[in-house]
Amino acid sequence: MSFKIASSPHQHNQKSTSQIMLMVIMACLPGIAVQAALFGYGVLIQLLLAIITAWFSEAFVLRLRNKPVLPRLKDNSAMLTAVLLAIAIPPYAPWWIIVIGTAFAIIMVKQLYGGLGNNLFNPAMAAYVLLLISFPVQMTQWLPPLSLHSVTLTPLDAICSVFTQFSCSGFSLAQLQTSVDGITMATPLDTLRTDLSRGLTLDESWQSPVFFAFAGSGWLWVNLAYLAGGLVLIKQQVISWRIPVAVLASLFVLSAIAALAAPDTLAGPLFHLFSGGTMLAAFFIATDPVSAATTATGRLVYGALIGLLVFLIRNFGGYPDAYAFAILLANMAVPLIDHYTRPRTYGHRARSQTK
Amino acid sequence: MSQFKELAIQGLWKNNPGLVQLLGLCPLLAVTATITNALGLGAATLLVLLGSNVAVSMVRNHVASEIRIPVFVLIIASLVTVVQLLMNAYTFGLYQSLGIFIPLIVTNCAIIGRAEAFASKNAVLPSAIDAIMMGLGFMLVLTVLGAAREILGQGTLFDGADLLLGSWAKVLRIELFSVDSHFLLAMLPPGAFLGMGLIIALKNTIDSKLKQKEAVAKGSIARARVTGAAQ
Repeated sequence: MSFKIASSPHQHNQKSTSQIMLMVIMACLPGIAVQAALFGYGVLIQLLLAIITAWFSEAFVLRLRNKPVLPRLKDNSAMLTAVLLAIAIPPYAPWWIIVIGTAFAIIMVKQLYGGLGNNLFNPAMAAYVLLLISFPVQMTQWLPPLSLHSVTLTPLDAICSVFTQFSCSGFSLAQLQTSVDGITMATPLDTLRTDLSRGLTLDESWQSPVFFAFAGSGWLWVNLAYLAGGLVLIKQQVISWRIPVAVLASLFVLSAIAALAAPDTLAGPLFHLFSGGTMLAAFFIATDPVSAATTATGRLVYGALIGLLVFLIRNFGGYPDAYAFAILLANMAVPLIDHYTRPRTYGHRARSQTK
Repeated sequence: MSQFKELAIQGLWKNNPGLVQLLGLCPLLAVTATITNALGLGAATLLVLLGSNVAVSMVRNHVASEIRIPVFVLIIASLVTVVQLLMNAYTFGLYQSLGIFIPLIVTNCAIIGRAEAFASKNAVLPSAIDAIMMGLGFMLVLTVLGAAREILGQGTLFDGADLLLGSWAKVLRIELFSVDSHFLLAMLPPGAFLGMGLIIALKNTIDSKLKQKEAVAKGSIARARVTGAAQ
């Protein structure tokens, strides 16, 4: 008779990596659909380009490393990275942006560290930072929602814009960014930052058509869609509730305090929660099982750290949105967080009692 | 002669200051944004290294070992000052674009490393050969990295070569492709780190390929690596 000794964890939820990755991608779909409906079809073209690039880069590196290609491709992790990056970049960025970004994410950030499970940094966010630092102009060309456009964009125009930077009827992105009144519009976070730096107060800035209700027009719905997808993931136990709740709670509390302290210059909590990439980052990107903290307390600390960094960079930093930087910085802190929040083994007393 | 050959192999490949000893990384990463800067700094370092190795080797028997490091630093610092003044006089454009990194050659560990490890124990001629080979090895790495970063960053080669070689060198500038937006990462220090890592990886790959070939040529069967191949 032999004793089989298995190491922890002893409880599994019987899902393969491939299934989990696929579920996360599926949960992104509502958000992607809303993005495509409100901001045009650019995001779909980016998705397609990103996924193809990701598959090719993954296969290329696996061949170089003498690893089996098909099983690794089937685990869908490369596809998830591609999807997250394609959603995060501006939908009408030139095609080579997403190709360079995805190839960098897969080859440099993921495979050179040893492939899935060994990467220190979130591949999609590292690639986003690479792109933002290298190509600041292209990476900040966000268009306002379709309803505010002076020109209508057909699906064909979307293809033309991504590949040539001009729509089929010859409008450049800068022209598309301009409203009927001839005012250039960017994202709500961008507009707010520019207005505040011009000395306007929050209420004055709020007159711009890019704002709607308590957040940005268009962006509110995108964020709500990602929130819904994220809640499904928590319900399915694909992701732990701790990271998203900690991210959102810390951002909410900090911006609430800030809004009370300086109501004219710092935006309120609801605006922060439903603007930019908040919901996408909190539910889909920060919860990456490889690069996030693993202990229960650690996840709360990790999430709260991301919230704090986003709050600081959005309000006092140099960039309008901050999730990529916040997540990378928190990734760096993960080993430390995990070290200090390691739970006691069952049966041992808590640390305070042993002394 | 075989000793000199060994020195050359050590300096250029096996013990390359940039790729293997990883010395002098600060200038290596900071100024290699273009091939011109890389060549300029490489040449300056080579000159200082040659001078310091020869000088250290000449005084090695007259300096008490307790005070050798300050003496080496003094020698190197005076040579750097000479090189800096020369560059200021003859290649002013390059002098300006390299900036603080010329005086910082003083702190390049590759130079004091060679003085301590080689020149203080060997005669003048081998020391000089060692300095030339190490300097060339360092310059080689700088040039490769500079070329890679310049191509990726702005799609050119030898941009601004006239700063180093005089105004005729403007014809050297090759435009491989022209882009509206430069790949800024390649020109920023993080890009230098990534490029450096890739070049080291390339060197290691070549080394392991060579080793395999050697083993096959000798007739011995290289044992396949078993661990870590769980597939």
